[in-house]
Amino acid sequence: MAGLNTKTISELSDLLEQGKCTSVQIVNDVLAAIDAHDGKIGAYLTIDRAAALAQAEAADKARAAGKKGALLGIPLAIKDLLNVKGQPCTCSSKIIEGYVAPYDATAIAKLREAGAVFLGRVNMDEFAMGSSTESSAFKKTRNPWNTDHVPGGSSGGSAASVAADEAIAALGSDTGGSIRQPAAFCGCVGLKPTYGMISRYGLTAFASSLDQIGPITKTVRDAAILLTAMAGKDPMDSTTVDLPVPDYSKDLTDDHSLKGMQLGLPKEYFVEGMDPEVETAVRNAIEHCKKLGAKIVDISLPHSKYAIAVYYIIATAEASANLARFDGIRYGLRKDGADPIELYGKTRAAGFGPEVKRRIILGTYVLSSGYYDAYYLRAQKVRTLIHNDFRAASAHCDAILAPVTPTPAYKIGEKTSDPLKMYLDDILTTPVNLAGICGLSVPCGFSKAGLPIGLQILGDSFMEPSILKVGHAYEQTTEWHRQKPKF
Amino acid sequence: MKYEACIGLETHVMQKTRTKMFCGCKHEYGAEPNTNVCPVCLGYPGALPVLNARAIELCCKAGLLLGCEINPHSKWDRKNYFYPDMSKNYQITQADRPLCLGGKIVTEVNGELKTFTLERIHQEENAAKNTHAASGSLIDYNRAGTALMEIVSTPCMHSADDAFAYIQALKLIMEYGGISDCDLEKGHMRSDVNVSVRPVGQEKLGAKVEIKNMNSPSFIVEAIKYEIARQIELIENGGKVVQETRGYDSDRGETFSQRTKEDAHDYRYFPEPDLLPVEISAAQIAQWKSELPELPVQRRERYVKELGLPDYDAKVLTAEKHISDFFDAACHKTKQYKLVSNYMMGKVASLATEKSISVDESQLTPETLAQVADLVGGGTISSSAANELIEILFAEGGDPKAVVEAKCMAQVNDDSALEKWAEEAIAGNAKAVADYKAGNPASINSLMGYVMKQSKGKANPPTVIAMLKKKLDA
Ligand SMILES: [Zn+2]
Repeated sequence: MAGLNTKTISELSDLLEQGKCTSVQIVNDVLAAIDAHDGKIGAYLTIDRAAALAQAEAADKARAAGKKGALLGIPLAIKDLLNVKGQPCTCSSKIIEGYVAPYDATAIAKLREAGAVFLGRVNMDEFAMGSSTESSAFKKTRNPWNTDHVPGGSSGGSAASVAADEAIAALGSDTGGSIRQPAAFCGCVGLKPTYGMISRYGLTAFASSLDQIGPITKTVRDAAILLTAMAGKDPMDSTTVDLPVPDYSKDLTDDHSLKGMQLGLPKEYFVEGMDPEVETAVRNAIEHCKKLGAKIVDISLPHSKYAIAVYYIIATAEASANLARFDGIRYGLRKDGADPIELYGKTRAAGFGPEVKRRIILGTYVLSSGYYDAYYLRAQKVRTLIHNDFRAASAHCDAILAPVTPTPAYKIGEKTSDPLKMYLDDILTTPVNLAGICGLSVPCGFSKAGLPIGLQILGDSFMEPSILKVGHAYEQTTEWHRQKPKF
Repeated sequence: MKYEACIGLETHVMQKTRTKMFCGCKHEYGAEPNTNVCPVCLGYPGALPVLNARAIELCCKAGLLLGCEINPHSKWDRKNYFYPDMSKNYQITQADRPLCLGGKIVTEVNGELKTFTLERIHQEENAAKNTHAASGSLIDYNRAGTALMEIVSTPCMHSADDAFAYIQALKLIMEYGGISDCDLEKGHMRSDVNVSVRPVGQEKLGAKVEIKNMNSPSFIVEAIKYEIARQIELIENGGKVVQETRGYDSDRGETFSQRTKEDAHDYRYFPEPDLLPVEISAAQIAQWKSELPELPVQRRERYVKELGLPDYDAKVLTAEKHISDFFDAACHKTKQYKLVSNYMMGKVASLATEKSISVDESQLTPETLAQVADLVGGGTISSSAANELIEILFAEGGDPKAVVEAKCMAQVNDDSALEKWAEEAIAGNAKAVADYKAGNPASINSLMGYVMKQSKGKANPPTVIAMLKKKLDA
């Protein structure tokens, strides 16, 4: 059976269960796709063929011995900032080039336990800072739908690998939209779970209070399968929430009715300057949901307009501390100096790229004495207001619909000279991270140029079942997610 | 003009926890370098801190022992600074909402009872240990992340003696409370000392000089004395004290400038996003209160009231916890409290000094010391034999009764033997006899000494005295 790499997790687990294919066959098909296309796409930084095949063989043996599970033998691509024991973890930065993870992130350990196969490491914006994967220190990843365009970021490698069928699914991380935006740009499904649902232990931190691990998949069901496998309280991450983890894929039935559901439409999210093609696609999607039985209600999220400013204060402040550990003392790059200060300076100057440096300096500035109250403290207060907006809105709607990005994927190099312009791309995704709530991106159309457009479905904390239900109903009654790029 | 010094101490106390503050690595002194380490305490990418509940308990119990209020809502902050011994290049600490607030230490300074007030106690993590060699610097991360509390006093002390008494009292309370071993050699207790001077009568504090990282109380005393004199002299000569950090050179007995306010660190504190705030319930505080051990002051009172010891004895015995614990254990086995006290302060203490080991490192046990006291109290051995017995037990251990028998140390109460020694004494010491008869009763002591010598210390002294008097007065 050829082309196993084009299938979804749920399709493959059925085939595996029925004995119609083996994990080794799946991995071989995926590796063949990587060999055929990744030269053009550039999703992968490193591919661990031997380990992947060994894991696939082990999964096949386990299945033969009676072990079951939706992820048993399914090959995944992992964003290069998640620690997978024995594999490099560079965060696409020169400063920890050569670092090999000495331990598994909790999410990885859970997937390993479930029998998933780890194909290798996929590209990203350096330390997850960026919206296009152009800030990677190692290579450019291209959008499979049009290789002149960016795949989005920072989980650009994850989204591109899934869109190009170079992985069955991938893991990314979302600090201000880094899963949902590349998923939208590449025509994939991207889920940013509620803060505290999935342990961050082993996820190299960008902004601790915003980061969340999540899946990039071909269908909503696949996202639900991965969420189920990774969610749960972790004694190694104090910020994880102690709640029972249901099987999130179970409620995604073939009845695609949205009757009885109220979906909120935030007037502030159809921003000025939005690409008309994006607006049309999203408005059509809203009409579609109405046809499925949902009631659409107008809502207001008035403080979302401050989200970009607040996000760049809090995220950079936390990043300035989180990235301080990359100093050349214990691992990664070292440039020697006459004393520790000179060593740090030289190491960090050589190791970090311009975007990371920009953000460290900004974060250091907003925390420094005399500025803390004016920036950081005020940003925290506005963050609370943004959260309260979502709370209030969620009181009378089950989920919120919005675009993911103001435009489809732009051209490589188009915005790199103007970081501020690029920051504005996160305008529709960052409020979700600041509020700690959940968000889903599903394909909802294409631009005339053939680039995917995403619909964002937001839910209050722990309302994953709601947004997955809406996303699944929409997806299964439309054809967008079945399109494949030709490259 | 007259000047007044204002001194405040920030004392770091390493807690007695089995594991580190934010990970499960062992807290162990003297282990092979970099063996008790993990991704968390090495600051590896992706590693996250997890609270050590025992450290929180010990910090709060320290607070309760010092009369602090336990903060029901405390939180964690990051203190940012680059240094090789900080694996994350920030330290997790508590800035504006510490675990314990207020508190005080009441202690005697040169016979006068004084109260020193505390500002707060906060919990934080320790740094790694740097060793600088000619070939380069070595870092041992075994110490990185161990539990450390900082006890901050108000500028309530006014002399080096005050500071010395404060440190001694604090150390005792931490030891008695089981919070820390307070082993200064192992760096369990270190203080930053803030010193300022102002004209008597002025309310505003003078410019503050901080002397960093001192672990020896006697050096703290020297440094404070030097610093007070330096600041007063500076002001007297028309100069101005600048706020700065100074180090102390113990060889020269001087402080020296390290860093002025202008190049002070900006630590850029902000709330630690990886840890939730700490919520402590009233029930939890009540539970901890009920588990608090006896403090030296309380123990001293008990010795006086319940054991009938003189206040002097009580004070000496409680001055060191291991001595007091030993004494307590012995008193559980005998009612001869005063005798035990005498031996602890006398023979045992001198043996410990002589051999440079502490009593718990010796072969003597509380049980055997209690037995010695009973043997003396019951008249089986004399006091001088007891001292000899203690010396044997201290060095070799063993069963006191068996030693007494083996070495024939039992007191001789046999009248005929005593009678013979008494007669020999009188016959052979004509001068003493004459003196006694001439009206000097004290001269009987030299006759007594003779008998004791002849009997090898085994004669029962009261019986001998009575017998000598009877014969001389006859
Ligand atoms: Zn550790």
